[in-house]
Amino acid sequence: MSRFLLFLLIALPVEEAFCQTPQIDATGREIRPPARVERVYAAGPPASTLVFAIAPDKLVGWTRAFRPQEAQFVDPKYAALPELGRLTGRGDTANVEVVLAAKPDLIVDVGSTRASLAALAASVEQRTGIPYALFDGRLDATPKALRSLGLLTGDQARAEKLAAWLEREIADIRARAGRVPADARPRVYYGRGPAGLQTGGRGSINVEVLELLGAINVAEDVRAGLVIVPIEQVLLWNPEVILTTDPNFWRRAWTDPRWGATEAVERKRVYLSPHLPFGWFDFPPGANRLLGAWWAGKVLYPSQFDIDLRAKVAEFHRLFYHREPTRAQLDALLGEPGVLPR
Amino acid sequence: MNARPVSYVATVAVLFALAVLAFGVGRYPVSVGEIFSLLASKLTGSEHALPANVETVILQVRGPRILAAVVVGAALAAAGTAYQGMFRNPLVSPDILGVSGGAALGAVLAIFLSLDILMTQALAFAGGLVAVGLVYAVGSRLRGHDPLLALVLTGVIIGTLLGSAIALLKYLADPYNQLPAITYWLLGSLASITPRDLSAAAPLDLAGLVPMLLLRWRINLLALPDDEARALGVDTRRLRIMVVACATLMTAAAVAISGIIGWVGLLIPHAARLLVGPDFGRLLPLAMIMGAAFMLGVDTLCRTIAPIEIPPGVLTALIGTPFFLWLFAFARRSW
Repeated sequence: MSRFLLFLLIALPVEEAFCQTPQIDATGREIRPPARVERVYAAGPPASTLVFAIAPDKLVGWTRAFRPQEAQFVDPKYAALPELGRLTGRGDTANVEVVLAAKPDLIVDVGSTRASLAALAASVEQRTGIPYALFDGRLDATPKALRSLGLLTGDQARAEKLAAWLEREIADIRARAGRVPADARPRVYYGRGPAGLQTGGRGSINVEVLELLGAINVAEDVRAGLVIVPIEQVLLWNPEVILTTDPNFWRRAWTDPRWGATEAVERKRVYLSPHLPFGWFDFPPGANRLLGAWWAGKVLYPSQFDIDLRAKVAEFHRLFYHREPTRAQLDALLGEPGVLPR
Repeated sequence: MNARPVSYVATVAVLFALAVLAFGVGRYPVSVGEIFSLLASKLTGSEHALPANVETVILQVRGPRILAAVVVGAALAAAGTAYQGMFRNPLVSPDILGVSGGAALGAVLAIFLSLDILMTQALAFAGGLVAVGLVYAVGSRLRGHDPLLALVLTGVIIGTLLGSAIALLKYLADPYNQLPAITYWLLGSLASITPRDLSAAAPLDLAGLVPMLLLRWRINLLALPDDEARALGVDTRRLRIMVVACATLMTAAAVAISGIIGWVGLLIPHAARLLVGPDFGRLLPLAMIMGAAFMLGVDTLCRTIAPIEIPPGVLTALIGTPFFLWLFAFARRSW
């Protein structure tokens, strides 16, 4: 017995040298990464963007390769990282062998923390022997995810800086939105997809930006998650503002007489969210949606959001994408038809 | 006592009643009075005092959608009827030669490339035609087999190939944006029908229907063994190409605007056959009316029973499965 205790006493410090103190991820699982994390595999786009923000040189690859128009916003050496596929979610395109071949010290996923994903994390961790941490991807939980991620990868200072900045930005957006009088809040419809008939109810990850802004989502009472609604239902809601992420739908809204019957089209208040290099308003559901919140705040509540959107974009890109967009890039992002009121 | 005229009259009456009902119901409240005053003002050319949205709902939303349901239902039922007769097989549906698979691949490719709706429809339509063309070209070159069997088997095999191509595109698609759009397209829906869609699809469906109607008596002979048909002076090969071309044109045009809607082309020909028997000349018009009524009924449910759209394929399967089982268990009518 005493021998065993002695063994433990000797063994423990050795164990310490190989492993950090364990972290608890959002699903309550204990994560024990090696003391020095040099290579991180991000299992989905939201995780990629966060790892890229705090430790770009540790990211082993993207889940989906950059398209040329996306790649112009990041340093070519990062844009050229290999495409490894997703490990989680509906796409489930990553081959575990590809992940193993990338030799990560840590696998990270950010997004939903529901039981099926927690089980997937546990199973991949068991099969590969690589620690797999899962963090809550809601926009207001992102500062916390950044800090936890920083602890795991050993980039606490950088993570803290971004988390604190993000917290201030979110608080600023909340405060501005909170000052909007009730009668100045337009009824908003968020239309996705080429026909604009996909939308999200209260609690959908797709409309988190609207919820952060305290905006009135006309589809609030349909069930959470992505759904298709009949156009008659949209006409019944008669939104004052339509926001979309789909350029095809944005163009269609002006010529289709059915959409023409909505107040939003009559008053020319249909806006298209920018989508480069990552979408602003809805997807991927990562920190990139902060820009969507500033943008939507500006088009919904112009007097409370009398901000310099170009400066916001530049600052966000500098912090999270490590490169400020050029003047021409900013012009292109914000000058795309439909992004801002004329 | 002849049951046939009764069947036609009854189904036309049902279709008409459903159309009237479909104009009257929906998420947007429109009263019967408003419908009639709109109708009156359109007929007399006078002004009406209705809110602008009421006119939009009736003329731009419900009208095109009702017509689309009628066109799609009739086209799928007609194609199914023709194929079931030609293949002498009760389990055949319009997509047996790969038209739906080809259309789906075309549409999925368009969504994958972020093309707009018009291009999605065009690629779906073209995909359907190309797939069947390919199946026919390959199937008719397989010598030494029953030509129909060769065609069906080629259809199944190429259909599987198309399915894998679709799976590959789904696998590569952006999971937040493109994948839901692909999934919704594959489920089928009349939710985004516009008058323009209808004006493109309806003439194509008509172009497929007219030759089929003109040849309806001769198509009966395709149900006979080839040598017997030939003895009666029918060039079965040419007639078969004709039927396949017409059925494909109709199905591809329908699927391009509606997405994949199963069961209509399988179920309705059986239901019609129960009423009027296997003669193609009598069967085709009745199947079309029944297909139109069935699709219209289903679509009206899809857009009214919940604040969200219900995919029509779900309802057609819910209705189709028990009906089909009942048919096989109890209906003894030969065909």
